[in-house]
Amino acid sequence: MIPAAFDYARPDTLDEAVRTLHDGGEDAKVLAGGQSLIPILRLRLAFPELLVDLGRIPELRGVREDPATGSLVIGAMTTHHDVIHDPLVRRHAGLLAAATETVADPAVRHRGTLGGSLSHADPAGDLPAVLLALDGEMVAVGPRGRRTLPAREFFLDYLRTALAEDEVLVEIRVPRTDGWGFHYEKFSRVAQGWAVVGVAALVRRDDGRVAEARIGLTNMGTTPLRASATEAALAGAGAGPDAVAHAAEAAAEGTRPASDLSATPAYRAHLARVLTRRAVLAAAGTGRR
Amino acid sequence: MTHISMTVDGTRYEDEVEPRLLLIHYLRDHLGLTGTPVGCDTSNCGACTVELDGDSVKSCNVLAVQADGGEVTTVQGLASDGAWTPLQTAFHEQHALQCGYCTPGMIMAARDLLGENPDPTPEEIRHGLEGNLCRCTGYQNIVRAVLAAAAEERRRRAPAPRPAGAGRPDGRPEGAPATAGQEART
Ligand SMILES: Cc1cc2nc3c(=O)[nH]c(=O)nc-3n(C[C@H](O)[C@H](O)[C@H](O)COP(=O)(O)OP(=O)(O)OC[C@H]3O[C@@H](n4cnc5c(N)ncnc54)[C@H](O)[C@@H]3O)c2cc1C
Ligand code: FES
Ligand code: FES
Repeated sequence: MIPAAFDYARPDTLDEAVRTLHDGGEDAKVLAGGQSLIPILRLRLAFPELLVDLGRIPELRGVREDPATGSLVIGAMTTHHDVIHDPLVRRHAGLLAAATETVADPAVRHRGTLGGSLSHADPAGDLPAVLLALDGEMVAVGPRGRRTLPAREFFLDYLRTALAEDEVLVEIRVPRTDGWGFHYEKFSRVAQGWAVVGVAALVRRDDGRVAEARIGLTNMGTTPLRASATEAALAGAGAGPDAVAHAAEAAAEGTRPASDLSATPAYRAHLARVLTRRAVLAAAGTGRR
Repeated sequence: MTHISMTVDGTRYEDEVEPRLLLIHYLRDHLGLTGTPVGCDTSNCGACTVELDGDSVKSCNVLAVQADGGEVTTVQGLASDGAWTPLQTAFHEQHALQCGYCTPGMIMAARDLLGENPDPTPEEIRHGLEGNLCRCTGYQNIVRAVLAAAAEERRRRAPAPRPAGAGRPDGRPEGAPATAGQEART
């Protein structure tokens, strides 16, 4: 279908974008890569009166290192393709690069952005759970200034984040995970499919044991979740297949997965346990792959 | 209405368009470039794939106003003076199409893939084309065609062969990396 009519603004600066968004009120919406928004407009599931295109604001793109903390600072408009190929991301946040490679297909990854994926907050989207596992932070700018939100406070509900209507997500801050093993295990039905369930695992090992594990779950509720019970069971445990399998039994604890055409809640819980075991073993380097 | 200008297949266009106009509709309905088809309503099939500023995109999932100032190449802009590119020839010779509906998008996606990876494995080709659906061929011959085109492009880029007996059997000069010639495109 053809989208309903809307007005279009393409500001050159962040200030102007925030002002335009604020003046547009609740009928104005940010346009990033458009890879989620344009399909929604075409299906006429949303009727914004104004789209504010962030595509020509250079400062929102690219990856740099924060000299004070060493964290990576990723511009919200950095495309999936650029995230995958960025040397800083590959070196210091390998989990993000690996998970982004599983998002959609090359053409969609040329346009879709990290900021757009996080702001869209689709429970089946791969990157929210990854940012949660990485303990990332979102930096938002609005008419009332700038604020930083930990990933844990950013995702509120199905397609809903802590961003106000006139706030722009400007950058994503990711602490380095040098020395951590990582893996993103995604289960989908077709090649370019969304995750039925996905598991993002980070493991820091100390001799033969797991010193610390962080596990993010995709599509196990209306928001991304951490598999806290499994994380606790893994802390200090052995990194071998039996210990990991045992800990992974708790992966679905506290989750409330949805029922849809792809899976029942019980099947999703089963997947969470199986995929968590695989992801942790791969991240710990003790799996078969 | 919003003013846009863009270069499509080497020709520069200026227009006033509605912001809601999709790039695919601009190409087909405004410019008459109907070589690029629309295959779905959900941005899944890839039939509409074109190149925008050097990257493959699904033109049903880009607004024409987003492409303002950009450079677009469609499947219709590939051949020069009627001579097909190696990819086009390979799709023909390897029977990589039946109904042909997916072909313009397949060729544009394959072109993007070979730009990044001039010597892909069959597995890498399958991954690189995962955003393009074909209801007819079963993909087997599409993968063959991309392999054949990749080999032909590498052959064309290699320096003129030395006298008989020199060089490697695949036509690449000795010691040439498999990924040489990234800058050249189909
Ligand atoms: C065929 C297809 C397959 C896909 N498969 C996957 C998949 O497997 N996994 C996956 O994770 N994703 C998938 N996606 C979605 C893709 O990752 C999108 O790129 C992403 O969801 C949205 O990013 P975008 O930049 O295109 O945002 P847009 O579509 O432009 O925006 C999405 C929403 O976020 C808001 N927004 C965007 N940026 C900002 C910002 N900086 N500040 C405030 N609000 C903002 C917009 O207003 C809008 O509501 C797929 C998409 C397609 C078309
Ligand atoms: S028509 Fe564009 S992806 Fe199907
Ligand atoms: S040849 Fe018919 S869809 Fe591919």
